[in-house]
Amino acid sequence: MDKEKLLQMYYEMVLIRRVEERGAELYQAGKIGGFMHLYIGQEAVSTGLIAAREPRDRVITAYRDHGVAINCGISANEVMAELLGKVTGTSKGKGGSMHMASVEKNMWGGHAIVGGHLPIAAGLALGDQYQGNDNVTICMFGDGATNIGYFHEALNVSMTWNLRVLWVCENNQYGMGTSVERASAVSEIRQKAEGYGMKNSRVDGMDVLAVYEAAKQAIDYVRSESKPYLLEAVTYRFRGHSMGDPERYRSQDEVKKWQDNDPIGIFRAALLKKKNITAAELDEIEARAEADTQKAVEFAEASPEPGMEELFKDVYVED
Amino acid sequence: MPRITMREAISQALWEEMERDPAVFILGEEVGVWGGTYAVTKGFYDHFGPQRVKDTPIAENAILGAAIGAAMVGLRPVAELMTINFAFSAMDYVVNQAPKLRYMFGGQFRIPLVIRAVGGGGRQLGATHSQTPDAVFAHFPGLKVVSPGTPEDAKGLLKTAIRSDDPVLFIEHATMYQVRGEVPEGEYLIPIGQSKVQRPGRDVTIVTYAKGLELSLKAADELAKEGIEVEIVDLRTLRPLDMGPVLESFKKTNRAVIVEEGWRSYGVGAEVAARIYEEAFDYADAPILRVAQKEVPLPYNRTLEQAALPQVPDITAAVKEVLK
Repeated sequence: MDKEKLLQMYYEMVLIRRVEERGAELYQAGKIGGFMHLYIGQEAVSTGLIAAREPRDRVITAYRDHGVAINCGISANEVMAELLGKVTGTSKGKGGSMHMASVEKNMWGGHAIVGGHLPIAAGLALGDQYQGNDNVTICMFGDGATNIGYFHEALNVSMTWNLRVLWVCENNQYGMGTSVERASAVSEIRQKAEGYGMKNSRVDGMDVLAVYEAAKQAIDYVRSESKPYLLEAVTYRFRGHSMGDPERYRSQDEVKKWQDNDPIGIFRAALLKKKNITAAELDEIEARAEADTQKAVEFAEASPEPGMEELFKDVYVED
Repeated sequence: MPRITMREAISQALWEEMERDPAVFILGEEVGVWGGTYAVTKGFYDHFGPQRVKDTPIAENAILGAAIGAAMVGLRPVAELMTINFAFSAMDYVVNQAPKLRYMFGGQFRIPLVIRAVGGGGRQLGATHSQTPDAVFAHFPGLKVVSPGTPEDAKGLLKTAIRSDDPVLFIEHATMYQVRGEVPEGEYLIPIGQSKVQRPGRDVTIVTYAKGLELSLKAADELAKEGIEVEIVDLRTLRPLDMGPVLESFKKTNRAVIVEEGWRSYGVGAEVAARIYEEAFDYADAPILRVAQKEVPLPYNRTLEQAALPQVPDITAAVKEVLK
């Protein structure tokens, strides 16, 4: 990977972290409503994964979608504006934290019904197959989603119909407050792909370069073989499930152990081992991410609310 | 004008739209090799091939989820649910995904999807396979709900539904595939969201749709023998609901009976009656009556099943009641 790409990935990871930290503050201040699920701790998964896609490859994910949105190229301004419910947001302020999308950036949404977007992902891939396109649909979901029926129906048809889907399970160890061991018959999620005869692998989701390499290989396989693939990224969310999480289900020691394994820290150390990257360059990137986050907050705060004309708009195309 | 069955009308609409637009394709359980469980897609597989007439596993979430995804990227899927009762297995897609994805993402997506679903009782299929839950689906903004009562309407409305850029639930009644009626020669479309007077009359307005239309037309013939002329307004579309012809008729007759096959509670009749009272209260000369299904799960036994479903004598009795 060239230096420019590596630094861009570093910038995105730091930007996601800063945007969400500010988002959490704005949530506590009452400026963001509804549910908000932070991606903090999991940034390496989406960053490595989406860095490995071609622009024509589609991405669809669950409700923990701020990071995915930024990796797909949606600006921090639009993400922050959506969080604040402003008309300049990704979804004009009508979707909120869990529902960010950009057709232009080939990001087909954050979806908030657990598992509900997996059959839709199969449909995106079916549409591409029908139209003779060779792009891959990258569908991300949590470990919790692998226990619901949608997952199994979607994996089954993706295999039966030879759909180009890369299924990516972000195994962050907990579905809300229930650990994988307490919720899933197998704790290695990738094993579930075996039942469908689907190729699969497991990767360290805290190591962005490992995710990138695994994703690259998986995407190549999906594209060239015209078959789905399941990639399990083992990761951890440093914050609660959502903003209102008492976190009674895990110990501070456990959280601390993972936080010591911060994906941004790991990536920074890896980058500094490269001869052509300096600490000063990385510091500059961090400062730029900080400044861009500040600009995004200012942009979002200054943006107008959606007008009342938006209330009845887009219920139907034909009105 | 040619006289064809409801089955032929629906089949013709699908065939014509598939010939017209390569983005239109069918998917569902047994739509292909089998030819459709109600034989609506017989011959399609051989003509259009396995990609455009796609057999699916028995997996309603996969069927409807995949149809929505394909619609989002520019195709025009017609997803068939073998019965509307199976929509409950994939309720999320029918009411929670298809009708909301456009709005929720600020208008970025189009969902040009048709869900064809077979509903209705009267075939001794037992309680879980015999429902007429149309009102449930009509509750949700973002979805269009169509349920025709004649071959002419079925063909014209289905063609419009396939060309619509919005999700449409197209409900066919399981006992009406053999109903015959005249359809216009050649290409025609019927707009979604327009009620229609199917039989003119002066004394009482009957508001109905689908199977209720068949029953109401029979009731009207009987009542005519006694000199009672009912006017029948066929809703054809439950959402968006077109009250224009209903109100026009009610303002003339001042009396109304609403006939539906679904349960009375929270039903189509409740909605229509409320709207008549809201818009034309001063024109009412009698309380509006509803003829609907008895409030029980439909039994298997034929006699009991028929007793639970609305029948022609129920309609004639209700009409006479509002004339008292």
